[in-house]
Parts: sequence; C-alpha cells; structure tokens
Amino acid sequence: MSALVSGRTGDWEIVIGMEVHAQVVSNAKLFSGSSAVFGASPNHHVSLVDAAMPGMLPVINAECVKQAVITGLGLNAKINKFSVFDRKNYFYADLPQGYQISQFKHPIVGEGEVQIELADGSSHIIGVERLHLEQDAGKSLHDQHPSKSYIDLNRSGVALMEIVSKPEMHSAEQAAAYIKKLRSILRYLGTCDGNMEEGSLRADVNVSVRKPGEPLGTRTETKNLNSVRFIMQTIEYEVQRQIELIEDGGAVTQETRLFDTTTGMTRTMRGKEDAHDYRYFPDPDLLPLNFDDAFIADLKKDMPELPDEIKSRMVTEYGLSSYDANVLTEEKEVAAFYELASAGRDRKITANWMSVELFGALNKAGIDLAQSPVSPEQLGGLVDLISDGSISGKIAKEVFAEMFETGKDAKQVVDEKGLKQVSDEGAIISMIDKVLASNQDKVDEYRSGKDKLFGFFVGQVMKASKGQANPGMVNQILKQKLDT
Amino acid sequence: MSDLLKMTATQAVFSLSQKEISSIELTNAYIDAMETTSALNNYVTPTIEIAKQMAENADKAYAAGSAGPLAGLPIGVKDLFCTKDTQTTACSGILKGFTPTYESTVTSQIWQSGGVMLGKLNCDEFAMGSSNETSIFGPAVNPWSAKDGAALSAGGSSGGSASSVAAGSALMSVGTDTGGSIRQPAAFCGVVGLKPTYGRCSRWGIVAFASSLDQAGPFTRTVGDSALIFSAMAGHDSKDSTSASVSVPNFSDVVNSSVEGMRIGIPGEYHMDGMDDEITRIWKQGRSWLEQAGATIVDISLPHTKYALPCYYIIAPAEASSNLARYDGVRYGNRVDAETLDEMYEATRAAGFGEEVQRRILIGTYALSAGYYDAYYLKAQQVRRLIKQDFDSAFNNVDAILTPTTPTAAFELGAKISDPITMYLNDIFTVPANLAGIPGISVPAGLSKQGLPLGLQLLAAPFREDRLFSVASAIETQAQFSLAPARAAGELS
Amino acid sequence: MAVDKHAVKKIARLARLQISEEKSELLSADLGNILNWIEQLEEVDTTGIEPLASVNEHSLPWREDLVTDGEINDQVLKNAPETAGEFFVVPKVVE
Repeated sequence: MSALVSGRTGDWEIVIGMEVHAQVVSNAKLFSGSSAVFGASPNHHVSLVDAAMPGMLPVINAECVKQAVITGLGLNAKINKFSVFDRKNYFYADLPQGYQISQFKHPIVGEGEVQIELADGSSHIIGVERLHLEQDAGKSLHDQHPSKSYIDLNRSGVALMEIVSKPEMHSAEQAAAYIKKLRSILRYLGTCDGNMEEGSLRADVNVSVRKPGEPLGTRTETKNLNSVRFIMQTIEYEVQRQIELIEDGGAVTQETRLFDTTTGMTRTMRGKEDAHDYRYFPDPDLLPLNFDDAFIADLKKDMPELPDEIKSRMVTEYGLSSYDANVLTEEKEVAAFYELASAGRDRKITANWMSVELFGALNKAGIDLAQSPVSPEQLGGLVDLISDGSISGKIAKEVFAEMFETGKDAKQVVDEKGLKQVSDEGAIISMIDKVLASNQDKVDEYRSGKDKLFGFFVGQVMKASKGQANPGMVNQILKQKLDT
Repeated sequence: MSDLLKMTATQAVFSLSQKEISSIELTNAYIDAMETTSALNNYVTPTIEIAKQMAENADKAYAAGSAGPLAGLPIGVKDLFCTKDTQTTACSGILKGFTPTYESTVTSQIWQSGGVMLGKLNCDEFAMGSSNETSIFGPAVNPWSAKDGAALSAGGSSGGSASSVAAGSALMSVGTDTGGSIRQPAAFCGVVGLKPTYGRCSRWGIVAFASSLDQAGPFTRTVGDSALIFSAMAGHDSKDSTSASVSVPNFSDVVNSSVEGMRIGIPGEYHMDGMDDEITRIWKQGRSWLEQAGATIVDISLPHTKYALPCYYIIAPAEASSNLARYDGVRYGNRVDAETLDEMYEATRAAGFGEEVQRRILIGTYALSAGYYDAYYLKAQQVRRLIKQDFDSAFNNVDAILTPTTPTAAFELGAKISDPITMYLNDIFTVPANLAGIPGISVPAGLSKQGLPLGLQLLAAPFREDRLFSVASAIETQAQFSLAPARAAGELS
Repeated sequence: MAVDKHAVKKIARLARLQISEEKSELLSADLGNILNWIEQLEEVDTTGIEPLASVNEHSLPWREDLVTDGEINDQVLKNAPETAGEFFVVPKVVE
C-alpha cells in the first residue's frame, strides 16, 4: 500500500502521523465565559480566568463537550463516558496558567477512523488514535519591537479538539487527503469551521522513514502547519532530509521542527532544546467528566449526514459517477447547493451543469460558491428548461452565461431573448422543406449513399431556426423525409 | 471600650439590633485595638477607611431594618483572599502591590451579610507554613506569652487570623486550611477554628495553594460565633467546579443541641510516641467532658494515620508546583527584568518566592516529573484513598471523632523554622481531615502548665458540620476556657 | 532517595527557579531528607487501590455556552509589570 521513495541505498518507506488541532465551534471558551470569536482587539476576549489571575477557577462549557462527542461520532469513534482533564505543565509567555488544561490518560474520544480516496481511485482507512479537548494558548507577536514580544490572550482558553491519527499514512498525498477529509467531516458536523488561514485547523506532522520491513525510524514533529500545501511540502522536505541524513551515515534526532513558509524547508525549533517533562496530573480544580448513554444517543439523533453517506446516496440513488459525487461532497456548501438545485429534477443533468458550467464560471470570476450570482433554485430552473425541451443544451449555455452575468432567472432570459426552442412540428416541417428544396443536389447525393451529408441538413435547419428548433425533432423529421 | 471588645459576635449582633451600640462604635474600638496590638504584626494591609464606610452602611441597614446576619461585625481577612481594590499578596514578595479587580466569593458573601472589613491578615507565604514565619511581612505573633516571656508563634498558616481574634483586634476572621492552617493556629491562640467540608465554601478568588485540599473557614472566640459566620460563608458557587451543591442549614440553630446519645470515637493511632503529657491530659479531659454530657465514647482505629503527613507532603506540593506556575511576572506581580523570557522567569520567581515556597515547588515538581510520578504522586493518591476509607468506616460507627488539635502548645518563634520536617510534624493531627475532605473544628479546652492554650479537635463526616458545632459547644460549656492572653488589646473575658 | 545537585538543577529549571551553585547543594541535602521521610509511604500496601484525586463525589458541573465575560481589558492589564497599548510585554522570544 505504501509508496516507496528510492534513495542511494535502496527504497525507503515513509511513515506519517498527524496531530490536528481543530478549534471547536462555540460561543464561549472551554472554561470561561469570554467570547471564542476570532479577530477582537488584543486582550479584549479575555476574562480573569483566561488571564490566570490568582484564585480564578475553570468551569467547563457544555457545548464544547457536545461538539467533541459529535466529532467522535462522526469519526466512528469510541465515546468515553468517563474522561479526565489533566494539567500539562510548561512555561511560555502566551500560556498564562503555566499549564494547559488538556486530557492525557483518559480522553473523551477513543479510536476511530477516516476514509480517504486518492487520485488513482484507491480508498484507504486511516486510523484515529484519540480525540481530546484542550485549551488553546494565546498569541505572541515577535515583530512589533526589536527586543520585546507582545502577548495577546484572546485565543487563550479557546476550546480545541486535538485529533491524533495513527501513524498510518505513507505519502504526502495520503496526508493531504486525510487532512482534507477530516476538515470536510468537521465542517459537515459543524464542530469546527475548518478555516486553516485563521488557524482554526492546524496540524503537527510526525514524519519518519525506514527501510521496508524494519521497525519505525526516529520521527520529527513539525508544528503548526496551517495549509494542505505546507503539510505536503513539510513531508516532502523531511523525507528527503531524513533519507539523506541516514544515507550519509547520520541519524535523525527526535525533535520539534518549524516549517519556513518562504523557503519550504523545516528547521529545528530553538528554545526547545530542553527535554520536555510536562508533569501531567489530574487538574484538581476540575472533576472527571461524566455523561450517560442517553446524552450520546441524543446527539446521535441530530447528527447531520456525512460526506461518505451523501456520496454513496448520490451514486446509488441519483446515479452519479463516483467522481462527480466526490466533487459535489468535498465541501459541505457544494453538497447543500447541489441538493437544493437538483431536488425534484434530473440529478445527473444538474450535477453536470454544476460541476462544469457553474464551477467553470465561478473559477473564471475568481469567486466562491457562497457568492455565486446564480442561486440553486435558478440553476434548477435552467435544468428544468433543458429537461422539458424548452431550450437546447447549446442555448442553455448562452442562457447560463446571461444568468451568471445578470442574476436573472433562466425563464426570464429565455423569454426576453426569445430563445425558446421551437417544438412546433408544422414549423419545423416547413423549415425542413425549404432547406431540402433549395439543396436538391445534396438531397440526391445523400440518397445515393452519401450519409455524411445528414449533418449538413441538420446544420442548415438549425441555422434557419436561429438555433431554436428542437434538435431531436429536427433529426427525426429530417430522417423521415430523406429516407422515404 | 473594652466592653465592646468583650462582646461575642452573637452578643454584638443583639446589641446592634437593639441599638444599644452602633457599628461605628464597635468598629472604632477594633480600629483602636489594631493600633494597640500592632506589635503582634497581624494586619499586613489595614483597611480603616473601608471599615468605617462599611460600619456606617451597617448602621444605616439596622436603622432601615434591612441588616444582614453579620451586619456591623468587624472582621479580618487572611491575605490569601482576593479583595477588590485592596492589595492582596498571599504574604509573598512576588505579589506585593497586586490589587485584584475582583472579590472572592467567600468574602463577598460576608460583606453582603453586612460584615465590616478591618483589613488583610498576615499568613505564611502562599499558606505554606505552620508558624507564619514564611510571610514576607515577618511572623504574626501570638498574643499569649510563655512564662519566660519569649515571643511565641501564632501558628500557621493563618497566624494573623488566629492572633487577631485572640488579641481582640478582630471580632472574627477568615482563614484557609490546607493541612491544618486554621485549626493549628486556633489551638495555639486559644480560639475556635473551623475547617469545613471540602466543597462547602467556594474557593473562587482565594489564592490557591493545593486545590484539592484548600478550604476557607472562620476564626471566632466561641462556637456560636463560628456557626454564625460559617452560615454566611458556606454555599454552592457555580464559579467553582468543586463547590458542593448541598444546602446550608442555619448552623446557629444546632449549637447547644444535646450530645446525649452521640457516639464519639477516640482513634488509638493519635497516641503518638513522645507526645506531650499535657496533650494526653487535655484529650482525656475532653473525653470525660463528653461522657458527662451523655455521649458514648468508642475506641476506634484509623490505621493509616501515620502516613497522612508524608502523603500530604507529596500531594500538596505537587498541586502547588502547578498552581504557582502562574506567578511568572507577565500579567501581575513583581518582575525581575532579564534579557530572555526564561531568564526573566527564573529571576522573577527566585526573587519573588521565599525559601519554603521554593522548597515545596521543587518537591512538587520532582514528584510529578517523569520517572517519579508513579512512585510518589500516584502512591500518595492511593494512600489518600486508604486514609479516606479509614474515616468512611469510622463514621459508620461514630458521629464525631475527638483528637488533640496539635502535638504541642505554641512554640517559640524561630524554634522550628530551620528544620522543615519538624515543622511539618505540627500538622500531624490536622492533615488527615484535609486528605479525606471532612470537616474539623478546633476548640480551646484549657491551658498548659506554661499557661498556654491547648485545643481539642473534632472531626465529622462530610457536610456534618452541625455535629461539630454541637459537640464543640458541649466541650466549650464544660471547659469554661478563659481567653486572657497577656498581649490582648483589652480584657476579652 | 538522594537528590543530587544535577537533579536539583534539572527540577529547578523545570520550575523556572534560578538557583545558585551553593544553594543547589543545600537543596540537594534538604530535598533528600524530605523525600527519605516521605518514602515511608512504601510501607503501605496499595495493591489494587484506585488513586484518589478528589474527594468530591458529585460530577463535573457544566456551564452554558454563553458569552458572559471578557471586554475587561483594563482589568486584565491593570496589574501588568509591562504593557504596550493593549498588549502584555515580555523579553523577546526567539522560536
């Protein structure tokens, strides 16, 4: 299953594991009542608890517990009805308590899985080791002053889910597919907004290499990657670096590394040279987190449909190709748009129009689906006109372009421009008769066996109708007239 | 004036409500007493203006008929409670100058009940100590003197809270008890000290020492006063996840209820080798007082008693090492500037924390560190369960347990500070209650040959403070203890 | 358990406490004594005993997901030793 990389001394196998930090969608922080919303002025979304003032105590936000359980259900994972919050002790300027409240021995969610599809059509299951709740840290700004760092605690205490994969990925492509799929699941569930640029979703990537069949090699951990591209670049760079290092007789050091977005390289993180000893122990300000089966069942009841389920429904019920279904389910908004646009009409035609024309136009205009000038209902209206024969596919493209330009309904465009397809048999017959009469020589050639001329007649009739004649009827009547 | 100082809180409330005295008069008497006893070093931040303002408000409340249960009573507060706009230091150099923008739940409940804040009281730094000698402000001094006149420790960590109530510079006070920090100084100073059930009083706004052990409680001159102020301090607080959702009865109603038919346990393990004869004597005395009052005395066993102290000296420092990580010179407190962040942390914390605090941080860090966690921290937690189980089974059989509060009477300042373990042994009888989370009260029972107060401790099952009050008042009635320390502000009894 | 000077320095570093060479020697003896005394816990048979982290018997209370706090940056920054605008300030951190 694993793609091998060849080095000077033979083939190498890559082993990748990922720790994804996903910000929980909630109004307030994990243990305080201040806002979890991104983008406030420095230190405005900070309570006395978040600033770790003396004597301040944490109280857990119920919504964050629910979101973690929902995510666990979405990952087909074991939900732990008993879990414990521990303190992870270390000093850092943006960690006000001097410890992070996290879950170490007893996480809220246990083993689960994520299914990924690769470009070659293969599909793989990547194991999830665990998911736990923890606090985010604040933010240090190092570029505001030559000798000082500035600290903003707005993020301090925001709820994160740390989702730890098993070391079961073996290529940058797999890793990319995993993070994309995970992001998609979280967004479908509404438990994380998946905004990687704002840091709502970021990954620590563990990479090691080994000769096939050998035990796991020493891994490095590259921290805080906030784009799929950076994840792939990191893996590619680390794999090359580690192979070269080992082949040159060196050894990989187990360490934390940073990715430099400008050079595409990773480097050792300075200031982390001390061996970490986090001294985890149960937070005595909190008690074990308990809930019952009814709580889980309640959340299960309201679970939204996930991309894999929707995809298989699209293939089996709508008759879409696996490829189309994939494209339409990758993003929650796309699937929702499609479901609305295609409801009660031809699913396949709608899928086609969405993935080719609409996406093409959006791409060209450089906007995303949310800003589409054509609404799902409007796209559906266009499909209706195609299906009932009111317009041909060719006219439809023209209509769509006008809709995209003006935001008008398909019907309005057709009416205004007089583009409605001619399906009146009498009118078509008379047009055909005219064409045949003025091309008697070609009619004779056709009848003496030159079949290819059929297309010529069709073209002439369509031209005469300014493209509005129903092509199916034109074909059928022409055939009758010429062949008899 | 000394008549005012002689009043118990219960008497004062009565006189105030009858308009026989005003809160301003009462408060002024205490403000004067704070002055005359200043050599005892009890108040680290007096709040005279606030006191006068609160006293005026109390008088208005009495006039308007809206007085709360503590209206007009002058109360001192251990400097571990965060008090809004009043410096709160935990008696540590690292917090000198820190002025909270918030008020702890317990103190705000007291002020809402009409209490008058006299000021912040001396204690061991971050409540770590048994003699009040680790305070950055120097020790609080015991108002009782030994026959040779040597200055005695008020005990710790809530030394100032105990000493002020004994010396008449506070009518009542609040402290905290993590391993005996209320009961031991109460015993040393001859006052009543209550450590409530863990979870009874909110910890919100109290500078944390060891979160799973810390509890706030009152110092008073009588058991009745203890019930009065405790009723105002206790109660569920949604801001503290460990706060118990248990209803709070009016404890004043249960004081003086009969102990007839109650079963009182005497744990054999509290007979320690080399224990003072005087302690044994007062313990026996307590036993016979309760027998006379109609209680049944039962010999019981708490087999893991011996291990409570070493267990405590893992758990408390481990939690403290983490709780004190926030004192890093970034958001508050005193910073020592340095080139790098880590150097700033190390210099700030080395300069800001005293020796005992640093020692406990190091022990705690060690006990939690990789390779030692199981051997120390986990082992201590297991022993903690055994200690709790000892009490659980004892309370299946008895209503309360009677023990001495301390192995000795108050010792001289400086006598033990150089030897940590000897100092730790002071808490040998008090620590088990913190580990088990059960309530305990120390009630003055008599004097040593040296003329120093000796205390008896009562323990009860969780949330049965009512039993403590009834048994303690039975002892109080029979002991007829006379609070007459040499260095008091006036005659107190 | 003897705690050598090296171990003292290591834990002091973890706890961010600057200690002098001289003090680390004193502490080495001090901590060694205390830990030796603590080690009497080894006498207790704790086989099969569940560790006790908290005496509380109720379960963890949950808060509602409401924004009830924050926007108090004046209070948050009030006691800070060094600030710039609305930021806390520390010596420059190099990652």
